[in-house]
Amino acid sequence: MTATEGVPYSTPDQAAQFRAVILPHLDAAYNLARFLVRDPVAAEDIVQDAFLRAFRAFPGFQGQSPKAWLFAIVRNCFFDWVKDNRNSGAVTDESTDQTEETPESIVRRNEEVHMVRTMIENLPEPFRETIILRELEEMSYKEIAVLTQVPIGTVMSRLARAREMLSKLLLPRKMGASV
Amino acid sequence: MTACPDKLPLIHALADGELDAANSLGLEAHVKSCAGCAAELEHICAVREHLKHGLLRYEAPPGLRTGVEAMVSEATALVEASPPAAAAHQPRSGRWFAGGAITALAASLTMFLALPQLTASGIEDQLIASHVRSLLATHLTDVATSDKHVIRPWFNGKIDFAPPVVDLTEQGFALAGGRLDYVDGRVVAALVYHRRLHSINLFIRPAERFGSNASFTNTRSGYSLERWTGGGLEYWAVSDIPAAELGQFRQQFLNQSKHAPMR
Repeated sequence: MTATEGVPYSTPDQAAQFRAVILPHLDAAYNLARFLVRDPVAAEDIVQDAFLRAFRAFPGFQGQSPKAWLFAIVRNCFFDWVKDNRNSGAVTDESTDQTEETPESIVRRNEEVHMVRTMIENLPEPFRETIILRELEEMSYKEIAVLTQVPIGTVMSRLARAREMLSKLLLPRKMGASV
Repeated sequence: MTACPDKLPLIHALADGELDAANSLGLEAHVKSCAGCAAELEHICAVREHLKHGLLRYEAPPGLRTGVEAMVSEATALVEASPPAAAAHQPRSGRWFAGGAITALAASLTMFLALPQLTASGIEDQLIASHVRSLLATHLTDVATSDKHVIRPWFNGKIDFAPPVVDLTEQGFALAGGRLDYVDGRVVAALVYHRRLHSINLFIRPAERFGSNASFTNTRSGYSLERWTGGGLEYWAVSDIPAAELGQFRQQFLNQSKHAPMR
């Protein structure tokens, strides 16, 4: 067992608090990681790593928004993952284009959901991240600006651009008849 | 028919509810008179509608959840402090009992040598640790039932004493099940009760022959503890409910176990 090596011992209080405050955002962390990395296995690795780091850093958690705090760690883990895997050439954008879906699983899944997910996954960064944080994770402009370390104006223009790209994919299909 | 370029970011902000009242008012008025901006706002809302679908979000796979939860429990000091706890995640195995036997041997040696027993605070730490661990590892009960007639025989053959099992549902403490735990070098019985959303662990072990039979209440790191003895057994109740309520629990348990046959 190496995962917990170097983890400072925590009191049961801290562990219980961590469970109560941070653990509920596991789905959100996975969702963010999944859309960032676009690979289910890598997303799991990133989130596992993020929770380990979060647990270590938890004594320093000062009661800010727990989700935003966790997201900052997830992003760092993602960037580290990219760094580690770029050299090995393990995963590139091309390789992530092919999804893990089989025909059966696509049929099983709600087609609309799958289609929209794929469209979002095909957005380039930083637009993909911005739209995920805003629309799926419902963070405010300010929270997104703090998290991604850009001015609010940049958040707004990224969001506008992301929506413009998505609308081209989403709307002609449905509104094509009326245009 | 396009939106006014200077208004574009504000239209997004309006759709996102990020504009203050004064700016919203101004922009809403503008949108009413500007077809381009009105179309843009509608457009944005249409895109947002597509993204509203709750199913778009990925959910963490169960394996990941288990892994993260295991990491949290493994990383707690008190899990480290009592090594056999790791076995709590695994099915009860011969190895576990073998480990228990060795520790029991060590424990009896300790007694032989007349070394001082664990101090009260040491045992309290262990009990709180066991309580927290039972909640962390989602291993609250080995036998999950509110039927005392199921729980009592379940302990048979697993421990060398017969803990009284009483149902206190009518008194506001619902019996949830039983579990074996490991405290102070020996296997003990743990009964689990629910109080509202809280859990109470009642640890039961044979009383030390020359041990104190003092009853007391204590509060440590936010947990309440109640200790009492009776019928040759030592009881420790641990929970995060207020000490007064835990005192009530003790009283009810004593009342009910008095009436229940101790067989």
